[in-house]
Amino acid sequence: MNKKTRNLISIRDITREDLEAMLALGQRIMECPGEYKDVCRGKKLATLFFESSTRTRLSFEAAMIELGGNVLGFSSADSSSAAKGESVSDTVRTVSFYADIIAMRHPKEGAPKAACTRAEVPVINAGDGGHFHPTQTLTDLLTIKTEKGRLGDMVIGLCGDLCFGRTVHSLIEAMSEYLGNEFILISPEELRAPDYIRMILDKSGCPWREVRKMEEVMDDLDVLYMTRVQRERFFNEEDYARLKDTYILDAEKLIPAKPDLCIMHPLPRVNEISVVVDDDPRACYFRQALCGKYIRMALIMTLLGLEKEMRR
Amino acid sequence: MNVDGIKKGIVLDHIKAGRGMDIYRLLHLEKMKCSVAIVQNARSTKYGRKDIIKIDEMITLDMDMLGYIDPNITINIVENGKLYEKKNLELPEKLTNVIRCHNPRCITSTEQEIKHTFLLADRENRIYRCIYCDVAHKEQMVYY
Repeated sequence: MNKKTRNLISIRDITREDLEAMLALGQRIMECPGEYKDVCRGKKLATLFFESSTRTRLSFEAAMIELGGNVLGFSSADSSSAAKGESVSDTVRTVSFYADIIAMRHPKEGAPKAACTRAEVPVINAGDGGHFHPTQTLTDLLTIKTEKGRLGDMVIGLCGDLCFGRTVHSLIEAMSEYLGNEFILISPEELRAPDYIRMILDKSGCPWREVRKMEEVMDDLDVLYMTRVQRERFFNEEDYARLKDTYILDAEKLIPAKPDLCIMHPLPRVNEISVVVDDDPRACYFRQALCGKYIRMALIMTLLGLEKEMRR
Repeated sequence: MNVDGIKKGIVLDHIKAGRGMDIYRLLHLEKMKCSVAIVQNARSTKYGRKDIIKIDEMITLDMDMLGYIDPNITINIVENGKLYEKKNLELPEKLTNVIRCHNPRCITSTEQEIKHTFLLADRENRIYRCIYCDVAHKEQMVYY
């Protein structure tokens, strides 16, 4: 974590040591949430969501409330001064006077980075367009650590929209730091991972390959990370309609899969995972959403410097 | 162009042939009150042909911009009619307001006050990435 500014813009802002500490704190909170119910008493979290969200915003708000703090903010650009043409920097500068920490989602890539140059309080990137979504990555890492008991020595399949799917970009970056991981990128040609992600994989030394069909690799996987083809990332409806149902995970496709496969999805899901799979014990995506609340509690505490007080 | 012809000023030498006018415009030399000379397609033992710009006054140069456009340029500082200092350029690590990010999804496309800032990601292939959206910009994309 950047000690001076204590923002979380990209998963790159977190050192391996800080990441391990935050995951450990998340697991402790998960085990004994009651011990943390007053940690943020008197503190306020501003949720500035210039783009709509259900899980991320609510999990941030639930996290702060469970820590004993309060929340304020808006859930769409229409209900903020952005609709009047106010810049992100001005909005954030103003909100800095009202809150102790800011969680911000914006459709433009790099908006939270631009915002934190003007903010007086820690800024958390809660998703910036198709770019980064570091708190989803923290959620994913806590889920994998909880479900599998480790973060290395795994074959990780990422399936669907790997081009605009920001969650997979950050997850690949984070998981490529751990020894023994292999990545299989499953996507249609039009939704391949961007060049900088492929460059990160090359530099990491982790083996990786691209395939077009999930059936080809199902029996190899320890983790299968499904993603939704996001309508809001397309400039034309035709392309979206053509690509949206490229991958649908169902019970039949899971037949050759390992018995301890961890099936993940950042949610919301549309058609890419059949509801039949929900009853499969390997389906972790709703438990993953719960992990999201606990890791955000750990993150808020860390950025506010309150995790040290708990250790005293 | 004879360096001895200047009393106090700057000579930009070894400009890639054909780029002299671009650099003239980007340095806003048309606004200078002093004499400015451009020599195009001069003979060069090093590069075959080259452009040269002579500025008859000491000015502050945007070294990052020059380094980005043509890292082979040599900057000769002339004092009292003599070569006082010779500076060689290299690709800068950081570019601020030299090139514009062309990604329509980047925050820089809508917020006017944000400086277009890039970091050198790959020196060998001259690839810069926008610090906001990470999109790669190869050499000679859109100038600021």
